[in-house]
Amino acid sequence: MLITGITTDAAWSGAALAPWLVGIPLLSAAVLLLAGRRSDRWGHWLGVLAPLASLVIGVVLLFSMLSVPGGSRTATVSLGRWIDAGTFHLDAGFRIDPLSLTFVLLVTFVGTLIHVYSVAYMEHDADRRRFFAYMNLFVAAMLLLVTASSYLLLFVGWEGVGLASYLLIGFWNHNPVYAAAAKKAFVANRIGDVGLIVAMGLLFSHVGALDFATVDAAVPHLSTGAVTAIGLMLLLAACGKSAQFPLQSWLGDAMAGPTPVSALIHAATMVTAGVYLVVRSNAIFTAAPDARLVVTIVGAISLLFGAIVGCAKDDIKKALAASTMSQIGYMMLAAGLGPVGYAFAIMHLVTHGFFKAGLFLGAGSVMHGMDDQTDMRGFGGLGRTMKITYFTVMAGWLAILGMFPLSGFWSKDPIIEAAFVPQDGQTWRAWVFGLVALLGAGITSFYMSRLFFMTFEGKRRWTTKTDGTPQHPHEAPALMTVPMVILAIGSVGLGAFLAVGDRFTRWLEPVTGPRGDGQAVLPGWLLITLSLVLVIGAAAYAWTRYAVAEVPATPPVGTLVTRAARKDLYQDVVNDAALVVPGRMLTRSLVFGDRAVVDGAVSGIAKSTVKVGDLARKVQTGHVRSYAATMTLGVVVLAVVVLLLGS
Amino acid sequence: MTLTHYVVLAAILFSIGATTVLVRRNAIIVFMGVELMLNATNLALVTFSRMHGNLTGQVLAFFVMVVAAAEVVIGLAIIISIFRTRRSASVDDVNLLKG
Repeated sequence: MLITGITTDAAWSGAALAPWLVGIPLLSAAVLLLAGRRSDRWGHWLGVLAPLASLVIGVVLLFSMLSVPGGSRTATVSLGRWIDAGTFHLDAGFRIDPLSLTFVLLVTFVGTLIHVYSVAYMEHDADRRRFFAYMNLFVAAMLLLVTASSYLLLFVGWEGVGLASYLLIGFWNHNPVYAAAAKKAFVANRIGDVGLIVAMGLLFSHVGALDFATVDAAVPHLSTGAVTAIGLMLLLAACGKSAQFPLQSWLGDAMAGPTPVSALIHAATMVTAGVYLVVRSNAIFTAAPDARLVVTIVGAISLLFGAIVGCAKDDIKKALAASTMSQIGYMMLAAGLGPVGYAFAIMHLVTHGFFKAGLFLGAGSVMHGMDDQTDMRGFGGLGRTMKITYFTVMAGWLAILGMFPLSGFWSKDPIIEAAFVPQDGQTWRAWVFGLVALLGAGITSFYMSRLFFMTFEGKRRWTTKTDGTPQHPHEAPALMTVPMVILAIGSVGLGAFLAVGDRFTRWLEPVTGPRGDGQAVLPGWLLITLSLVLVIGAAAYAWTRYAVAEVPATPPVGTLVTRAARKDLYQDVVNDAALVVPGRMLTRSLVFGDRAVVDGAVSGIAKSTVKVGDLARKVQTGHVRSYAATMTLGVVVLAVVVLLLGS
Repeated sequence: MTLTHYVVLAAILFSIGATTVLVRRNAIIVFMGVELMLNATNLALVTFSRMHGNLTGQVLAFFVMVVAAAEVVIGLAIIISIFRTRRSASVDDVNLLKG
């Protein structure tokens, strides 16, 4: 690559800072990895400073961008020519517009808080510095993903996120189960990556360019078939990264990583990348209604799938993981609705980033106080011993429920309402997706309330620590609680801040286009009332079952659905039967074929040569006289033959 | 006595020489067998030269004598050197090239 200096077409100042958004965390990761144990003493603080510096740059860019009107906010910052092959030219550059800046701020803000939290959480881990190096790499890759100006550079960040998640999920890779979980996440992501590669290939053959500006301009001239194919391939990529059906199986196992990693993966980075990709490619999806329908269906399935799985999980982190899948399903569903939903998908993503990070950090705090236990059946009554955690998790819980006036209410209800808007004049779609979204809200309320009540309310069901002494739950240190409190404040107030006066929708308009108007099949006030009634009803039901009634220490057998949900609705079984087992059989037969045919031929030739040699060796007696006799005999035979032939 | 007798004599001498080489163990005796074979060949060459009336065979006999002289020198040197190292002149003891 040829770096010819930073050039920009921005109508506002400061855009040239954009490369440093990615550069600083990347440099920090490199320093931490290369300096080795020497940087153990101060490494974690450098690790905290890197995303903080990116956050500062992001805020500077935000205010600079806000000083110009909406139409001129999109800017491209070019680093120079990256690829120059024949008629194909591609600049390595950054695209800073309201969408990418939203992600930059979310990733760096939540990321910084999680880094601060990790300083305390990982204090007793010998490899804390390496952990921060990977976390910085993660943040850098995610920032590259959301700021890249072309699909190809986005793909670099995309792969970087995959790599960093692999390193972090398998951070405690001395445990083979955790190492396997990391591999599973990597492989599942790889399947999605194929989709992105194919989509780029299609774009290359149909448009001949990969940068967003050219592609967006060229989409209206493409055939519907081509656009639909590109859209579906992008969806496949998004499914892998965002853990959407049918590529969601890695998400639950990804809980093997340290809890801050789960918070980072599930809240601000990684799983949001798929939603970003869909919204970033909104020109393509708007032009391909069929692809959008598939996006909506995938979102709806994931929404219910995750919610049902979440109801049955006893592991606090796995329940939260299932909830992530479900909430991302909401975002996908919204993104699939087209211009009506793009902005709401991103808004829910932002508010979800706050309350899910808060919930995960709360779960980490509970684990910190409970000797790394994650089984909620061994919790109960923790609200009285861990006051700060109790209230911060309560804020996240009420927010994810969509309770008025917390964040979730402002971002989830518009999605439900948008789902009730008929698409392409088809009313059945409005009813199906609307009801799924509504039902999902109810189930979400049930399983999140179950999680909250089982952990913080009811009787104490504490067991002993691993060393046999009784549990002694205690509040986490300030380094952990302060980020949790800040995230809780965001969970409470951010939604109203973004939604009042359509602030966020108007902010994203330069990217997603005008919202368009559509009339929902049910009036808005009725939908809000319905969803609130459903949510409160489900929460009350959870209260009677998990706070008032005794929670058994060993899980009851449960219904057929419960048992299926505990096993992730048999997704792993299906994957095993459909992919893993045939794949293993194939490799085994290939190994057998290699041994029998290829190796067999090679060593067979060698063996027969040795055998012939052995036979020939016996002739070589070393006796001169026997050689002489052989020669004489040969001559006599020759003479006889010549005589016979001559006569 | 025709020329044929000479050829027969040469054949008999050659056979005796060859048999000596094959049957005897002592290197010197084997060597003598070789000399007998060479001389039988010379006799055959000279006889055929006479039969055909050209001198090529006679000239060839001289060549054989020269080569035989050189061969005797080298052969005896080898036999002596083997005897010095192995204290034996038997050709059956020299079987280091056994496969």
